[in-house]
Amino acid sequence: MEIILAIITGVLYASGIYMILRRSMVKLILGIILLGNGVNLLIFLLGRITKGEPPIIDSAKKVLEGVYADPIPQALILTAIVISFGLQAFAIILVKRTYKVLKTDDLDQLNTTDEDS
Amino acid sequence: MTNDIIILPLVVHLFFSILLMFLWNKINLQKIVSIVGNAVALVVAIWAFVFVYNNGTHVVESGNWPAPFGIVFVGDMLAVTLVLLTAIAGFAVSIFSAISVIKARLRFGYFSVFHFLLLGLNGAFLTGDIFNLYVWFEIIIISSFVLISIGGERNQLEGAVKYFALNFFASMIFLTALGVLYGLVGTLNMADISLKIAEVENTTLVEISAVLFLVGFGIKSAIFPLYFWLPASYHTPPSAVSAIFAGLLTKVGVYALIRVFTLIYAEDSFLTVLLLTMAIMTIFSGGVGAIIQNNIKKVFMYFIICHIGFMIGGLALFTEVAMAGVIFYLIHDIIIKTNLFLMGGLIYRIKTTTNMKKLGGLYANYPKLSLLMAIPLFSLVGIPPLSGYWPKISLILASFNAEEYWLFGALIFGSLITLIVIAKLWAEVFWKDQPKINFPKKFIYFDQLRLGQKFTFVFPVAFLTFVTLYIGFGAEHIQQLSQRIATELMNNEMYINAVLKR
Repeated sequence: MEIILAIITGVLYASGIYMILRRSMVKLILGIILLGNGVNLLIFLLGRITKGEPPIIDSAKKVLEGVYADPIPQALILTAIVISFGLQAFAIILVKRTYKVLKTDDLDQLNTTDEDS
Repeated sequence: MTNDIIILPLVVHLFFSILLMFLWNKINLQKIVSIVGNAVALVVAIWAFVFVYNNGTHVVESGNWPAPFGIVFVGDMLAVTLVLLTAIAGFAVSIFSAISVIKARLRFGYFSVFHFLLLGLNGAFLTGDIFNLYVWFEIIIISSFVLISIGGERNQLEGAVKYFALNFFASMIFLTALGVLYGLVGTLNMADISLKIAEVENTTLVEISAVLFLVGFGIKSAIFPLYFWLPASYHTPPSAVSAIFAGLLTKVGVYALIRVFTLIYAEDSFLTVLLLTMAIMTIFSGGVGAIIQNNIKKVFMYFIICHIGFMIGGLALFTEVAMAGVIFYLIHDIIIKTNLFLMGGLIYRIKTTTNMKKLGGLYANYPKLSLLMAIPLFSLVGIPPLSGYWPKISLILASFNAEEYWLFGALIFGSLITLIVIAKLWAEVFWKDQPKINFPKKFIYFDQLRLGQKFTFVFPVAFLTFVTLYIGFGAEHIQQLSQRIATELMNNEMYINAVLKR
């Protein structure tokens, strides 16, 4: 299971960064989404995957004993998903608006800010 | 009440940003509410500062969860000092925004988002939990995305796309580093991480996470190979927004670097060399960039980059003298960079342009304002006894003692180039005769404003100049404060003991 997740994480990172490096703004957003998912999977993987050991304290005991699945990575991922969802929604609107004003999808055309004014 | 004093700045900003949303269409009322809100935040920040100054590091556990398990807010000296500086800069910028930001922008919730930005900054300074730091960073960047793109002008949108792409990328790198770190130590509390990271056997992975943090925060604080988003975006929004970005957004990256590399990662020769090289290159590239620019806003932008290098260099030296210099420089820099961009806005309001070729004759027409603006410019250069002079002494002394002559040279070069550029700027903007250009008719010039409106432009600049003068002439107080913070940072047991109550 870990090895599959590790490979998927790597593929998501690589394809995300490749997409960010493309010139099209739509591909920039796709890259951001892929990279975000890659990071979430990485946290999931690094939080140790434990199957079938829910972190529930036995009614007879006071503390958790033995091996158990760590719930914190899932809370982290949930937070990160919500945040990156908001950012992606903003990015789509921003790119749409930029396309309307600039009439281009090419990031190399965004160079008026470097002109001397 | 005093138990939760350090989270009050957060509560104040949250309250006012929500209140401002209810006043969505009443723009004039929003201006007053925002200024009042920032004044309240300033009072609360001073209160928190005095409280921590007298009583030492104060910790608030959210939901009363004991330290390594719940999220903690830690008000140590560094955090409350930065909260105080944020409040000062926020107060000045909110007054400056009242008239200088046009109605079309204010109508889309400018002030509400502005308070969210300050909320995020305060949160990032105060939190003691590394994932919580990520969340505050996200609040900061999402507010800054809205502020940079609000208004929707052509160059603003272009700047916003670049700003968005690189800051989002930086956040992802930060999150990756955080994931690696959590996998190694299994805790998120920074004090707890600091204790447990020493026990980790896999030092390679520790180093990888350190470099990932360096890249993530480095993009945000605009250090050498990672700063290219800054000159492309910071001059595009209105001056008030640029001012708060320049003063605080890059500095929060520096703060995070200081926190992570003093608390979590122990001194390490590889990281020291990396940080030193980056700092030297940052000073050189920022300084050289500033010389060739003709737009005063762009000149100031390259100064931000150049002077970030000073702080990173001091951090790399990792001695108490250097750290005191870094903290003093941080205090000086937040105030002065905010003020520079406000001055840029004031000049734009007087002359409709910030291009040095088209500017001139400011000293002949506005002698009093010019003298007011001279003080921050001279402080930036570091003419004694103004504020830029004192931290540079500490930094140069520390680099000399540590025998890091490249950094020593870079610091001198950075100061010299600042002097040259400021001299050029002074000659071009203030002394040169006004070149004959046609001023646009459809523009509300500074002279046409009513007295109260003029006041909103001049008061913030004067207020921040006064603070700069205090930092310069009251250098003894600031130096003592910086030294105390430096001692706290270099001996991180104090922080750890306060958080974990050992």
